[in-house]
Parts: sequence; structure tokens; C-alpha cells
Amino acid sequence: MDPIVSAASVLAAGLSIGLAAIGPGIGQGTAAGQAVEGIARQPEAENKIRGTLLLCLAFMEALTIYGLVVALALLFANPFS
Amino acid sequence: MYPEIFYSNTFTLLSEAGVGKHFYWNLAGFLVHGQVLVVVWFVLLILLVFSFLGTAKADRIPHGWQNFMEAAVDFVTDIARDQLGESFYKEWIPFIGTLFFFIFGCNWAGAVIPWKLIELPEGEFAAPTNDINTTVALALLTSFAYFYAGISKKGLGYFKRYVKPIPLLLPINILEDFTKPLSLSFRLFGNVLADELTVTVLTSLVPLVIPLPIMFLGVFAGSVQALIFSTLAAAYIAEALE
Repeated sequence: MDPIVSAASVLAAGLSIGLAAIGPGIGQGTAAGQAVEGIARQPEAENKIRGTLLLCLAFMEALTIYGLVVALALLFANPFS
Repeated sequence: MYPEIFYSNTFTLLSEAGVGKHFYWNLAGFLVHGQVLVVVWFVLLILLVFSFLGTAKADRIPHGWQNFMEAAVDFVTDIARDQLGESFYKEWIPFIGTLFFFIFGCNWAGAVIPWKLIELPEGEFAAPTNDINTTVALALLTSFAYFYAGISKKGLGYFKRYVKPIPLLLPINILEDFTKPLSLSFRLFGNVLADELTVTVLTSLVPLVIPLPIMFLGVFAGSVQALIFSTLAAAYIAEALE
């Protein structure tokens, strides 16, 4: 395998997961903050808020996971090798 | 296919995870991933045994195992009812429920049972959902299900939704039919594989105690992913029905 290609692949794998974590991180922080606010205002709705929050967090996490899938494809199933 | 650099010392930690290595079977000219099939059959067997135990001596007043299974069925009924609404949910409970129980069983079979004790010539036993073929099959099944739901309810008028609200959105609406199964399959595949990779890498660094919380996280994430997959499938079907 071309050393340039392998170096670029490893670098790109790191960057793809790192960059993909930024947006969902901000989003999850906002969502969790709002959920805590909601629970503080209405403690009796805690169960419903928790369920919805978990679902929403998993949706946001999916975006990071797409980055992870790209990173895994670069590392283990590199199309350019 | 795999670069030599991954067999050097630097990458031995990662290569132990066995990503991309499979235990191939040759079935009627098709190469299949044997390790996935074995675990899938195991999960199906477990689900069958559970449901037989739950319905073998069905009483009016449930106790023991029947009680547990009724609670589980109530749970998937709630998922279907929340998304599909009172008027449609009954006929979709079997589909949504099967998706939930199968994915849940697969994720937990990978996370709870110590498959690594069984040696394979190549590849390793793990959750069947960490193979992209399994998740793509499930996602395509969901695609067919919502097309079937829409066409059986509205006939060919179902395709009118492509030009709603304005015909300008036609390409985006068509693209959506491709991104739905893509995101469904990648989400499940990536999450399960990420859990197993984290546990493997952490175990090879610190073998004791430290990986335990991550393993619990894996068990938790497995159930959440099953919930999400079935909720999303129900939401897509509801969107086609409305």
C-alpha cells in the first residue's frame, strides 16, 4: 500500500470522527439542558421527558456514528488500498 | 484488501477486534458470513423458547413467565400506538414488535454472552447487528413495509406525496426514500460495532474492572438502539399512512 494513502487514511479517520463529534456534542448539550429545565419546572413530567430525551440523544449520536462508520471504512475496508 | 500496515505491531490491538474478517460458508454458490448466521439462529431460538414458555399454560390471571411476556408485548404495543395512532396500530404490532425483539435479542446476545470463549478459524462470534448485511436487510424490510402501507391504503395516489407541498421538492422527496434505510442501517450498525470496538480496545489496554462500565453502557445502548429502530420504523409507516 502506498504510504501516502495509508497516512492520509489514518489522518482522515481521526478527523472524521473528531469533526463529526462537534455538532452532536453541542446539540446534546442544548437538549439535555432544556430537559433539565423542563424537569425543574414540572417535576411530575420527569418520566415522559426522560424517555423523549433519550430518544433525541440517540438521534444526535447517530450523526457521530456516521463519522465513525467513515473512519472504520477508511481503516478496515479502505477502498484505495 | 487490507493494507500490510494493519498487520504490523502498531495495529495489533485493533486487528484483534476482527473487523472485516468473517467465517465464510459456501451455501449454494453464495458466500455467507457463518458467524452471523449462527448467532441469529441462537437469538431466534431464544425468542421462540421465550414465547412458547409465555403461552404454554396461558391463564386468565397471568403469573410467572406469562406475566413477563405480557409486559414485553405491552411495551411494543405502546411503541406502535404512540407513533401510528389508535386507528392503525393493531395491524402493525407484529412487524414493529418483531423488529424490536429481534434487534434487542441480537444486541444483548452480543453484549451479555461471552462468545469469545468459542474459537473460530476466522472471524469471531458477536452481535449479528454488527454486520452491515443484517442491518441493511432490516432497514430495507422497513422501506418495503412503509411502501406497502402507503400503497395499500391510498393505491397509486400514494405517489402524489412526492410533489407535495410543491413539485419543486420532487428530488428531495425521492432522495428521502434512499436516505431513510441508509441512516437506519448505519445507525444500528455503527452503534453496535462502536460498543464492541470500545470494549475490545479497552480490554486489551486494561483487562480488569475498567471495561465494566463500558460493558454496561453497551447493554444499555443496545436496548436504546432497538427502541429507536422500532420507533423510527413505526414513524415512517405512520408518515406513509397519514
